[in-house]
Amino acid sequence: MTTRELTYVKAFNEGMHQIMAEDPDVFLIGEDVAGYGGVFHMFDGLLAEFGERRVKDTPIAEQAIIGLGVGAAARGLRPVCDLMFMDFVGVAMDQIFNQAAKMKYMFGGAVSVPLTITTAGGAGMSAAAQHSQSLEAWLAHVPGLKVAMPASPYDAKGLIVGAIRDDNPTIVVLNKKMLGVKGEVPEELYAIPFGQANVVTEGDDVTVVAIGRMVVEARKAAEALDKQGVSVELIDPRSVQPLDTETIVASVKKTNRVLIVHEAVEFGGIGAEISSQIQEQAFDYLDAPVARLAAPFAPVPYAPVLENAYVPDAARIEAAVRRLLERR
Amino acid sequence: MTTPTEAIDEVVPATRDVVLDLHRRMVRIRRFEESSGKLVETGEIPGFLHLYVGQEAVASGVGAVLTDDDQITSTHRGHGHAIAKGAELRPMFAELYAKTTGYCKGRGGSMHIVDMSRGMLGANAIVGGGIPIAVGAAFASQYRGDGGVAVSFFGDGATNIGAFHESANMAAVWDLPIVFVVENNGYAEFTSQERHMRLVDIAERAASYGMPGVIVDGMDALAVREAALEAVERARRGEGPTLIEAKTYRFFDHQGIKGMRIPYRDPAEVEAWKSRDAIRLIETIGIERGLVSAEEFEGIWAEVEAEINDGIEFARNSPDPDPADILDDVYTV
Repeated sequence: MTTRELTYVKAFNEGMHQIMAEDPDVFLIGEDVAGYGGVFHMFDGLLAEFGERRVKDTPIAEQAIIGLGVGAAARGLRPVCDLMFMDFVGVAMDQIFNQAAKMKYMFGGAVSVPLTITTAGGAGMSAAAQHSQSLEAWLAHVPGLKVAMPASPYDAKGLIVGAIRDDNPTIVVLNKKMLGVKGEVPEELYAIPFGQANVVTEGDDVTVVAIGRMVVEARKAAEALDKQGVSVELIDPRSVQPLDTETIVASVKKTNRVLIVHEAVEFGGIGAEISSQIQEQAFDYLDAPVARLAAPFAPVPYAPVLENAYVPDAARIEAAVRRLLERR
Repeated sequence: MTTPTEAIDEVVPATRDVVLDLHRRMVRIRRFEESSGKLVETGEIPGFLHLYVGQEAVASGVGAVLTDDDQITSTHRGHGHAIAKGAELRPMFAELYAKTTGYCKGRGGSMHIVDMSRGMLGANAIVGGGIPIAVGAAFASQYRGDGGVAVSFFGDGATNIGAFHESANMAAVWDLPIVFVVENNGYAEFTSQERHMRLVDIAERAASYGMPGVIVDGMDALAVREAALEAVERARRGEGPTLIEAKTYRFFDHQGIKGMRIPYRDPAEVEAWKSRDAIRLIETIGIERGLVSAEEFEGIWAEVEAEINDGIEFARNSPDPDPADILDDVYTV
């Protein structure tokens, strides 16, 4: 397998190119995805390679963008519908959670909806309250949807391919602060199926479960802690729906301590579900209460000084791990 | 108070086959609705029903010009659309009875009848929710070049929701093969049209999106059929969408067959519309023009009655879903 270093967004883009070349039923629609290549350059070059039939700029109409995808998917195509910013899922939510998610079940299995929604979430760019959110817990709460949050260039490519090949409605949430992050990526087409966690680093003293970009911050924290003799097992669930609780629980049974980190608000976040699963399945193994580190219960603020205080980072993850280890 | 459109049926030519076809579609809908309404009242069917009685000419006139390869999306008041598109009564009754032999294996009920083999892409309990999905079905036909057309049925109330406007605009700008059929029955649930929009003719909304808007007498199945035929052929030729406004009326309440809890319609208005009953209208036309005899029409009613009884019997004798299967079909695996 030949690999080379690519940025997160280039890796995603390569996955799009390769899957569209492989499967003529895949098409892409969204706001400024064709001529402009997407505001984050996620779709650069697709119009030139695949033409206007398969790569289309839409009006600003999120309900129609997703609804068109639902109808086309129900008819057997594999639409990729882009929502630009994750905050815009709210505009299209009826089509996502009442239509796409429920058709299979509500219609007694008569219809599959192989729709992929792409979007970019996450804070850290002073984009403020309507362009910075992490809403994965909303989506993960709806039976029928699958939600992935790639945390590396390798995963960005593998998960978009996995999503498009999946016969269910999937949402791939890129993190816009990770677009330039580099990593090794195989040249050939490959897919990462949803529901398979990545054990980023193995360790014995404490488990850290991190979501999306928090994996990058947790990795920095783990390196710092390693130099201090603390061995961290870092787990990236990759998808929050389905959630690979098996890998998480196995790790907690080994380390006996666990911290969960995400940049969505803590209350009702996916960390609450992970925490519950751990306590139900590994209570007797815990040497300390399950710890969470996440955003405070407020909209994402604009001021850099406030936003920095809002989003967890490596230093705060390291401190949280230290507090967890002090607990006897 | 709304008033029925003046009859324009004289100008619509018809053949014997067309009259018989439309009549049977409408009688199947009428009797399915009346029977299931009673079964809900007696408690034999759970949930609640939004009955289509009064509006049969709309679904039937449109359904008559579509093939099984054409797709429709429907509404919470969707039984008529399914039947007009050729759905069988056995699995329809079985779905209302929440049985495994139903169209949705008892998972969906009245508001979610689906029949993919006949291009019935599903009824929808979110007002306006099916409109963008029909745009997607039309896109799939355009993408594949398969010649298929999509039709979305929805009510006057749905034309106030954003999904309608987004869908109409996108369909127009991409010349998608779709026909938007607004069944203007004068009420969004219990709120009259004059209280929910400034327009009298919803067809005027088409102009905003650069597509033709057509008004048709929704109690005259022949007139609906003719308008639908023109719009569907236009869509098939790749010339883009049409908005058809069918002026119609529901004879029962928003939900169920019982009387209104709070009167919101003038009884004189209801009677005026009932005097233009679509089924009686086509029977009159058929007999007056010497195309079909009264006895033949009676024969259709009798045949449909047997089909209704058979469907109810089938549903009653079908098995309930097994709670052990409750997680089946949440995902495609």
